[in-house]
Amino acid sequence: MTAQTLERLPAQEAIGEPPWLRALRRLVKRRAAMIGLSVVVFFILLAAAAPLVSPYDPLATSWAMVRKAPSAAHPFGTDEIGRDVLARIIWGSRASLLAGLVSVMLALAVGVPIGLVSGYAGGILDGTVMRIIDAMLAIPFLILAIALAAFLGPSLTNAMIAIGITQMPIFARLTRGQVLSVKHEDYVEAARAVGNPQYRIVLRHIFPNIVPPLLVQATLATAAAIIAEASLSFLGLGQQPPNPSWGSMLNVAKNFMAQAPWMAIWPGLAIFSLVLSLNLFGDGLRDALDPRRE
Amino acid sequence: MTTFLLRRIALIVPTLFFVSLLIFGLQQLLPGDPAMALAGEDRDPSVIAFLREKYHLDQPLPVRYALWIGGVVQGDLGESIRIKRPVLDLIAEKLPVTGELALMALLIALAIGVPAGILAAVKNGTPIDYAASMAALWGLSIPNFWLGILLILFFSVELGLLPASGFVSPGESLKQNLLTLIMPAFVLGNAIAAVMMRHTRSAMLQVLSADFVRTARAKGLPEIRVILRHALRNALIPVVTLGALEFGQLLSGAVLTEQVFTIPGFGKLIVDAVFNRDYAVVQGVVLFTAFAYILLNLVTDIAYVVLNPRLRT
Repeated sequence: MTAQTLERLPAQEAIGEPPWLRALRRLVKRRAAMIGLSVVVFFILLAAAAPLVSPYDPLATSWAMVRKAPSAAHPFGTDEIGRDVLARIIWGSRASLLAGLVSVMLALAVGVPIGLVSGYAGGILDGTVMRIIDAMLAIPFLILAIALAAFLGPSLTNAMIAIGITQMPIFARLTRGQVLSVKHEDYVEAARAVGNPQYRIVLRHIFPNIVPPLLVQATLATAAAIIAEASLSFLGLGQQPPNPSWGSMLNVAKNFMAQAPWMAIWPGLAIFSLVLSLNLFGDGLRDALDPRRE
Repeated sequence: MTTFLLRRIALIVPTLFFVSLLIFGLQQLLPGDPAMALAGEDRDPSVIAFLREKYHLDQPLPVRYALWIGGVVQGDLGESIRIKRPVLDLIAEKLPVTGELALMALLIALAIGVPAGILAAVKNGTPIDYAASMAALWGLSIPNFWLGILLILFFSVELGLLPASGFVSPGESLKQNLLTLIMPAFVLGNAIAAVMMRHTRSAMLQVLSADFVRTARAKGLPEIRVILRHALRNALIPVVTLGALEFGQLLSGAVLTEQVFTIPGFGKLIVDAVFNRDYAVVQGVVLFTAFAYILLNLVTDIAYVVLNPRLRT
């Protein structure tokens, strides 16, 4: 058994291989994660190239084309005021991706420093910060986002701020937990013993070692943020008409379910495939970064 | 045990304090004069003057907070500007509807999630396991308002089997009540079922390799008995307690589900309040939700310790 293990080791995991390269190699081997990544990249390209690939102006109305079923000219059909559904799906991807990225960046930018300081400092500061985080986590995600969007006023920007604020405590808590688990490791003690200032210990020695779980959480949080933006837009608290967003398209579509079911099918399918792909990629990334899984 | 209980209850106090600060702070996000914003579109000067006095808007912030929290502690969550009724009354009126919907959703989630989790764990690594895991991922990724729309399209528009929207109270007609709630409850339970399946699967995998399960097998017990009597009973403890923590997801989901199916519950109350700029109702609903979540968390933690003898020291 020992001989077998020794024989397998160099072949499976090259000794001295940097951890990120090993994780990348393991990630590439996961087919589901790669399919997920391809779909996400497809949507990013679609959003970036929207002016080039969109067949029509997403805001152009036509009273002659009201609620027309899918056809060669309009593959996804038209909506209640004659706008092309495909064009609105393509342009709507911008709102979803922007909301996903911006709100998670906001949550990371606020949550990670709070978690780093709180976990490293400990004591009363940590206790107080954690009670505030507990308080924020006590309010269900969407209810807090709705309340924030309601008080800030309905718009895509405010929806992104609301989603970012509601996701922040998750990152603060995760970062703190990770800091607590590594702050007494030998390499941190060594960095402290040679006289490094505290900010350098946190930023140069602790932070790089807690990045992997944060990366996984950020991927999964992006999926959650995209659903949250769609939910807020569905409720009328996100992207405002006439600008396209998948959630607001569904909000209108629910009033025409019997007459124009295609209006409800495509935007939902777009949200579902993007979120599923991000979740597939996130799950694959978690497995690839976890040395215990193979 | 007593120390644990006391410590756990003591931890709630600062959390509740910060929740109240947060919710009180929401009002400060309103751009401009809160009295003008609270008065709605009419901007009636007498209403503005009334609001300024009622909410003590001419007082400094700490005083306003103290007055507000003083009322909350006595059960005064404010009054709806539109409906002119106490917020607590409105919540009490809508809660049974959402409660019934949530309970049905939870039952559906348990009925789907737990057996699927057991099956996935028992058939670990087989196509059945992968199929169950993919179904869970599907459940977590599908926006529940879209699932609701799809179900309405199929069962109401195409087949004409179920009502597309509305709510009938069980007192009026139990059959109609169940018919109106079955689709929304499935939509709401779907995502929770996915979470439950994942929890059950990982808890079962852990338990199935434990010594007591091996002993049960060694005694020659039939496999079904080993799984259901020995493994499941132990695996269910974390599943049930974690399930209780899905309450937040249940309420968030209820907001959207009630909107799709036009159910006059808790979720619709907050959404309508947002559009009516009825900020006292929004604040009241958020506060009530947070309080219920914290309380449920406490009960769950205590239940976990009571059910798990190893933590009872």
